[in-house]
Amino acid sequence: MPAVERVVLDAQGVERALARITHEILERNKGTDGLVFIGVRSRGVDIAERLAAKAAEIEGVRVPSGIIDITLYRDDLTRAAQQPQVKGTDIRFPLDERQVVLVDDVLYTGRTVRAALDALMDFGRPRSVQLAVLIDRGHRELPIRADYVGKNLPTSVNEAVQVRLKERDGCDEVVLVPAEEG
Amino acid sequence: MAFTHQHLLGLEGVSRDELLYLIDQAAQFKEISERDIKKVPTLRGKTVVSLFYEASTRTRTSFEIAAKRLSADYVGIASSTSSSTKGETLLDTARNIAAMRPDALVVRHSAAGAPHFLAQRIDCPVINAGDGAHEHPTQALLDLLTIRDRLGRLDDLTVAIVGDILHSRVTRSNVHALRALGARIRLVGPPTLLPVEATSWGEVHHDLRSGIRDADVIMMLRLQRERQGRNFLPSLDEYSRYFCLTRAALEAARPDAVVLHPGPINRGVEIASDVADGAASLIMDQVTNGVAVRMAVLFLLTSRVRQAAADAAGAMIEEPQPERLRRSVG
Repeated sequence: MPAVERVVLDAQGVERALARITHEILERNKGTDGLVFIGVRSRGVDIAERLAAKAAEIEGVRVPSGIIDITLYRDDLTRAAQQPQVKGTDIRFPLDERQVVLVDDVLYTGRTVRAALDALMDFGRPRSVQLAVLIDRGHRELPIRADYVGKNLPTSVNEAVQVRLKERDGCDEVVLVPAEEG
Repeated sequence: MAFTHQHLLGLEGVSRDELLYLIDQAAQFKEISERDIKKVPTLRGKTVVSLFYEASTRTRTSFEIAAKRLSADYVGIASSTSSSTKGETLLDTARNIAAMRPDALVVRHSAAGAPHFLAQRIDCPVINAGDGAHEHPTQALLDLLTIRDRLGRLDDLTVAIVGDILHSRVTRSNVHALRALGARIRLVGPPTLLPVEATSWGEVHHDLRSGIRDADVIMMLRLQRERQGRNFLPSLDEYSRYFCLTRAALEAARPDAVVLHPGPINRGVEIASDVADGAASLIMDQVTNGVAVRMAVLFLLTSRVRQAAADAAGAMIEEPQPERLRRSVG
């Protein structure tokens, strides 16, 4: 039942979190020089685009952004219950010596980030890779942490975090739902 | 959408949605071949074995490169160096290979139905890499991907297939696929090289220019000289005089028509060099796309196996995760 959905971040909250993350990224990297955003499919791509747009407003420079699809790098392909679908990687610039900000919506087990790091390394040798996520919900299974976090959200493994973004879902919000609800 | 067939034996019976899914997935694999590091770890630890009982350069190399770019181990067996020269039957050879637990078996054989025969008897996905005059599914898939890349669509196509239709497995796979996609099909060639069932596949033409008139796509076929033992043609010269696609003949087609050929080409027999190497020719794009198509097929069939294995084990290893859960993982 949709009634059990709990909104943990509303549209304004999402907007503020992304604005703050953008400032933090610009501060840490001292501007946009050498900076690139790589979004993890699917919602990481939308968030990376928003960060790039906000950075352009602040610095007047458009930071290049790309898309990474981690399907071919997943560690659970042999266990996937459904046929995985490849949606494609699109990085149209060299990553060598760049400061890459990897962007995803939710940081959970860390396995997606591990896969994305492996994929990134196949495209070159970045000077550094930083991780930006809208939600960190805990329950890491690998030694991975985020450099920029929109909101730390303590969760139970029986809950699911659902990020909704205007580009894809018509509205900006983050909700917590019981996993059994599907 | 998914491709849930256990084997890829042919395109007969493969639906429009499944075809488009296969082509969409193949398109996503193209980018890997453009990288500096042309390798992804996806099929690490998987073994792909190919059994080629007929000569092949393109298809065999293409499957091998596809498997290796996915990090699978690839073992290629050619009939000339296999125990078939000592009298071992196809089934015995295949059983022995299956006993070594490969994750996919790629088969080319001169007998139509050989891959189907094996698929029923061994416990591993079988991919047909060409069986007699029956089917060559990955060729038709790469043809479709190549057409879509250039023309931007697969709807509302007029496709002329020209040449040695009788012996052509490429034609049969393409006819199944093009019919599923609703294309207008023309089959063009001398009466001796057209099978009786061609009239049920599309319009039959015996004149090259009328056959390709206003066509969007011209698929030239290799004149299979190794199968011409029974006097299908008075002479090669006569064949090429009537059916060789020259620049002059090509003018009958649409100005933006594209020319495909599965290779190997007989220059000056079925296709003139200036057409094969000209702007309308997509022959090299076909070869490039062949690798992506075979990567997609290997990927999809081996992921299907995991699902089947999980089903067979009595329960899924994991419950199917709802969409929102999968999104938030990681």
